[in-house]
Order: sequence, then C-alpha cells, then structure tokens
Amino acid sequence: MGNIGEALKAALIAALVTFGLAFPIVALRTDTNLSNQLVLNQRSGLALALAGAAFAVRFVFALLYPAGFVRRAAKPRSEVPPHPYLRYLPRVGLALLLAFPFIALAVASAGGPGILKVVDTYGIQILIYVLLGLGLNIILGLAGLLDLGFVAFYAVGAYCTALLTTTYGFSFWIALPIAGIVAALWGVLISLPVLRLKGDYIAIVTLAFAEIVRLVLVNWVPVTGGYAGLSDIPKPTLFGYSLGPGPDSLWTALSIPYAPIYRLAFMYYLVLALALAAYFVTLRLRTLPVGRAWEALREDEIACRSLGINTVTTKLTAFAAGAFFGGLAGAFFAAHYSFVSPKSFEFLESAMIVAIVVLGGLGSMLGVAIAATAMVGGTELLRELGGLQAVFGSGFDPAQYRMLLFGLAMVVLMVLRPKGLVSTREPSVRLAARPTRGSPAHRPQPAE
Amino acid sequence: MRWQSEPLLVVDHLSMRFGGLVAVKDLSFQVGRGDITALIGPNGAGKTTVFNCITGFYKATSGRIALAHGAAATPDAVDVLTRSDRRRTYGKNPELFLLERMPDHEIAAQARVARTFQNIRLFPGMTVLENLIVAQHKTLMHASGWSIGGLLGLATYRAAERKALELARAWLEVVGLLDRADHPAGELPYGAQRRLEIARAMCTNPVLLCLDEPAAGLNNRESAELTKLLRGIRAQTGVSILLIEHDMSVVMDISDHVVVIEYGTKIADGTAESVKNDPRVIAAYLGVEDEDLAAADRVNADRAPAEEGRGS
Repeated sequence: MGNIGEALKAALIAALVTFGLAFPIVALRTDTNLSNQLVLNQRSGLALALAGAAFAVRFVFALLYPAGFVRRAAKPRSEVPPHPYLRYLPRVGLALLLAFPFIALAVASAGGPGILKVVDTYGIQILIYVLLGLGLNIILGLAGLLDLGFVAFYAVGAYCTALLTTTYGFSFWIALPIAGIVAALWGVLISLPVLRLKGDYIAIVTLAFAEIVRLVLVNWVPVTGGYAGLSDIPKPTLFGYSLGPGPDSLWTALSIPYAPIYRLAFMYYLVLALALAAYFVTLRLRTLPVGRAWEALREDEIACRSLGINTVTTKLTAFAAGAFFGGLAGAFFAAHYSFVSPKSFEFLESAMIVAIVVLGGLGSMLGVAIAATAMVGGTELLRELGGLQAVFGSGFDPAQYRMLLFGLAMVVLMVLRPKGLVSTREPSVRLAARPTRGSPAHRPQPAE
Repeated sequence: MRWQSEPLLVVDHLSMRFGGLVAVKDLSFQVGRGDITALIGPNGAGKTTVFNCITGFYKATSGRIALAHGAAATPDAVDVLTRSDRRRTYGKNPELFLLERMPDHEIAAQARVARTFQNIRLFPGMTVLENLIVAQHKTLMHASGWSIGGLLGLATYRAAERKALELARAWLEVVGLLDRADHPAGELPYGAQRRLEIARAMCTNPVLLCLDEPAAGLNNRESAELTKLLRGIRAQTGVSILLIEHDMSVVMDISDHVVVIEYGTKIADGTAESVKNDPRVIAAYLGVEDEDLAAADRVNADRAPAEEGRGS
C-alpha cells in the first residue's frame, strides 16, 4: 500500500492531463442543425466526468502499486521448456483452418452474419494479411531490414496479375508465379540502393520506394487506369472450368446447383494453400545457410562479414524472397476482388503489415498468424459489436471507434509484451533433444 | 626464424590515414607459418587498425598485404601478381592473395583469414551451436546448391549439414561449451563468449587466425586457460595465430614472435625474449623520456636528504 498523499498527487496530475486532453476533443462538439448550420455544443460535464474517472483509476492504482509496474526479471528463455500441449497447437490450428468454411456455415446457420461475409472477411482477408506478414517476416523478422514499403511488392503483384489476365489474356495460374517473380525482381531492385544503408535509413528509402510505386500507379493512366484502377479481372478457373455460375462451369459439369459459397470456399482454400506454402518454405529456408545468414545479419552485420558471408547477396535474397510472397498475395488479391486501384496500396497497408510482424514477435511465423487474425479480424469484429451501445448509449457507433480501440489495444499489448506475442525463438538446429517439462533442461545426446 | 624463412603473411609498407591522422605509417612485418605472432604496443599505437587492414574492414591507404596458402611465396611471384590487376591467383601453389585488394568477406571466405573482435561480436540471439553453423556458411551454401538443392531437400545438403554439426560439436568440446550448445550465445558468461568467438572463427577453417585482445577482461586463471587453448588449437590444426594483446604474461608465455609498434610504426620485431630487453620497447611501455628521467633524478635527490634527516 502506498502513501495516500503521493497517490493523491499522482491522481491529481492524471486528472489534469485527462481534462487538458479531453477539453478540446470532448467538451466542444460541433453539430449541424436542421438548417445546415454548425452549432457548438458544450459538453464540459463529460470532460469533467472523464477527468474524474482518470483521477479515481490513477488513485487506486497508485495505492495498490506504489512503485508502478515492476517487470519481473525474465527467466532465461532456454530454461523454460514449452508447455507440452503447445506441441499440438500447429495441428489443431491446421485442422481449424481446413474446417473454417464449415465452421462459418455453422455460425451462419446459428443466426450469425451470412456465411459469405464470414468466409470473406474473417477467412480470406485475414489469410491475405498472413501471407503478406510471412513475406515481410523474412525481410524484417529474419534479416532485420526495416522495410516500411512492403505494400509496393503487393501492388506490383496485383497490377502484374491484373494486366496479364486482362490485357494479355493469361490464365490466373500462369499470372500467379509471374507476379511473384516480378515482385521478387522489384525486391532486388529496391535492395540495390538499400545495400549501403543501415537501420532507419532503410526505412526511409523503402517508404519512398512504395510511394513512387503508388504514384506511378496513379499517374500512368494509359496502363494502370489511374485512380479508376483496373477492373474485370477474371477469377481463377479450375482445369479450364469456371467456378462461377454459368453453363461452362464446373458445377454444371458435375450437375451440382451453383451456390456463391462454392467459389468463395475455393478461393479460401487457394489463399490458405499459398499461406501454408509460404510457411513451409520459410521454415525450410530458416534451416538453410541462406536463412541462417539472414538471422546472423540481423544479429551482427560486421561479424557476418568476418565469417565470409557476403552481406550484399544476403540482403538481396531476403528482399527477393519476401517480395515474392508479397507478389503472390497481390496476385491473389487482384483475382479475388477482380479489381485493383491505388487506393488499396497506400502507406497504411505497409504500416498494418509491419504492425502484424512486430506485434506477432519478430521472426515468429506463428506470431504473424495470430497477430494478423487479431488485427484484421479484430477491427472487423469491432464493427459489429452492437452490444457496446448498451454501455455508451445509442449514439455510439462501434465502427467509428474501432481504430481508437484498436490503437489502445496495441499500446497495451506492446507495454505488456514488448517483444511481441510470440517472443520465443525456436533454434534452427539443436544438438540435444528438445527439453520437455519435467526432464533435465539440457541433456547432451550421444553422438550418432 | 620462421617468419623470415617461411612467411605466411607479408605486410609491406602498410599505411593507413584517416583524414589528417596517420594511424599506421610505413609498417612492414611478416607472420611465420604455424607461429603465434603477437602484435603489441601502447594504447592508440594502431594495432587494431593493422588488424582491420589485414581482414579488409579498412581499405589501406597504401602498402601491400600478401598471404600465401601452401608453400612459402617467392617475392617474384608476389610481384607478378601485384603488377597484374588481379586480387589472387587461381590453382597455383602457393596460392597467393593480395588482401588489400579484397573485400572483407572474400578475405574470410577465400583467403581464409578469420578474426575475433575486441568487443565480442557473437550472434547473441542465436544459439551457441547456430553461431558455429553460421560460420560454415560457405561450405553449406555450396552443398545446398545456393539454396535450391536445400529447398528441395537433397541428400547432399543433409549430409553436409550433418558434417557441419560434427565439426561444431568438436569445437564445442575443445572450448568446453558442449553442454551449452542449445543456449542463446548472449546468455553465456563473458569468458565463455570469448572462447565461443574463437571456436566460431575456427569453424571457418582458417589458415590465419587473428585475435583482437583475446584475454581482455579475463582473470589470471582464465588467461592461463586461454593460453593453453590457443596452444592446443595450433597443435591440432596447424593454424597460424596473430594476436593483439595487452596482457604481457600471456604475450611472453605464448608468442614465438613479437612485433611492437608505437605511433603506427614498428619499433621492435623478434622473439619474445629479445623484444623484452629492447630499450625502445621498455621506453615505449614505461613512457621514459629525457624529461621524465631528469624529473626522476630530482625526486631521488630530494628524497635522499629527507631520509638522512629522519635517520639522524
């Protein structure tokens, strides 16, 4: 228990700060009246109430934790073996992912939102971000190169697919790998000026690069259509059969009556396959010399050079590999929504992808998946929380506040877990058997 | 003297200028094959600068640094390579390398010069074992077919990785870190980190191992262990060692050959015994100059009558 005087002082400061912040934002509100004039509404009472709430919370907190948050000394990571049930997590996760359309069906039939919406926003959209996050995870998480312009590769993949399938009549299945390879080439291109730079400077150059790509998309109207974008991008087919309605579709051939969910489920499994491929390729790359060189580069570039690792090619391959997955995500995006425009490739998207990787824990692929689910799914979920109206009154529109709530959640998360959701790093190779709970922590294995 | 009859590394007229500051001035010395050579000198003498020039982290302002694999190089062969614009010979014996023309990572990978750092530079977040596997990058990269064969899971890569693990395990045993193999390198105690850095450098299979103050921060017992370790490494692998060290007990104990530099120039070069008694070395280390000598005389003169006074 802390000193009451100290607590009162801290609470008073908190209340003053809150009032200072709340006064311009909350206390003065402009509305348009019926004759379309702006009128000023005074809501000083609300601001005072907020300040009072801050006072109370801070007072209680200062009494309970007089020393503030004291972080407990973290145990060395290697001494904390993972919980035995965690072993089943990948398998359970995979099963859930495979069964997702059926879960969505159950949700929809139980009176939730429509199945198309569930599969689209909570399935496909999240998985696109997982794919993007896995791409950036190679550049930022493994190689430690802060790329704030990852969306450029996404855009290159999307526009590449859009142009190849509409203007040149390529099939999606051919455009997909080409989009990945073209994005990888752009990754090499951007890495050339970045090679001589370090840390923050890389961030600035990549940010500028993404902006250049976006401005080209906006201004090169004859090719990209400018702000209008490119539309009517054909959806993927399966062995030449269309997956939509119509006489030449797969469903007609199989004599199954068409339902929109079939195509959507197909798209879901397609992006799931892409994300899983990215996952397994990254997993394999981590155990290869190139992947270990990426991580070594993140840890200490000078030591890398002293061991004969060419840091130029190492950075180059990291950008190329990450951009490849970004390009695949872009190709899928173009085919799924049948429409691309520069609006989808703004800086906010880059920030979102960086946030997913950082929040998940740099280098952790499981973290990327969880963070993408929480960030993309969470913001969508906040749109639908009508129940909050009971708390904040009927004028409360959760969709308007979702970014605020979301930002708050991120701040809290970063305070509580500064290294991200999944901060343990699984070594790419072990000499001893993996320690399990209850066994001696390290037990050298006899030589093979 | 092996550094004269069978030199591995020949440094000729090396100079390094940083703007107006001349850190190394016209320095020439040789490192004998299989020798332990110490590079010593007072603080700021330019020892680490010489190291950085040899390992390619600095581009020397002028001078030549020639390294020979295999037999000792004839001066003629070195001159022929110097006059050509190439960095190294291919398929010759001895294979010659002009280190001042090569970038740092090629010096490590091709000329096989490994180094450690004054302030330890491990990969702290990676495990001890991974540190040693990363050091075998070149071999493994080759075996993985520049990642393509490795991605497809070819057996040749798996065999190469198994071999790399065995080499790492052998070095872990030498430096006594086998039971810490799967721990993050950053969590090791200081002395163990120093040993791990040496093991990591040895995993690159070098012909010349450059150690920048390996005994810095070690206590007497640990220094003695380090001496034993370095001797053992040389006996086992035949690697030549070039080290910078301030701890004179280590230097005098271990070195076959000592090069002393001061203000970027060489002031003595020879066996540990001969260097120890060289008046210029003593002067450089104790900072004895004419004024100081005069001052010392005055102090002695003052003290003598005082003592006499007390005695009477």
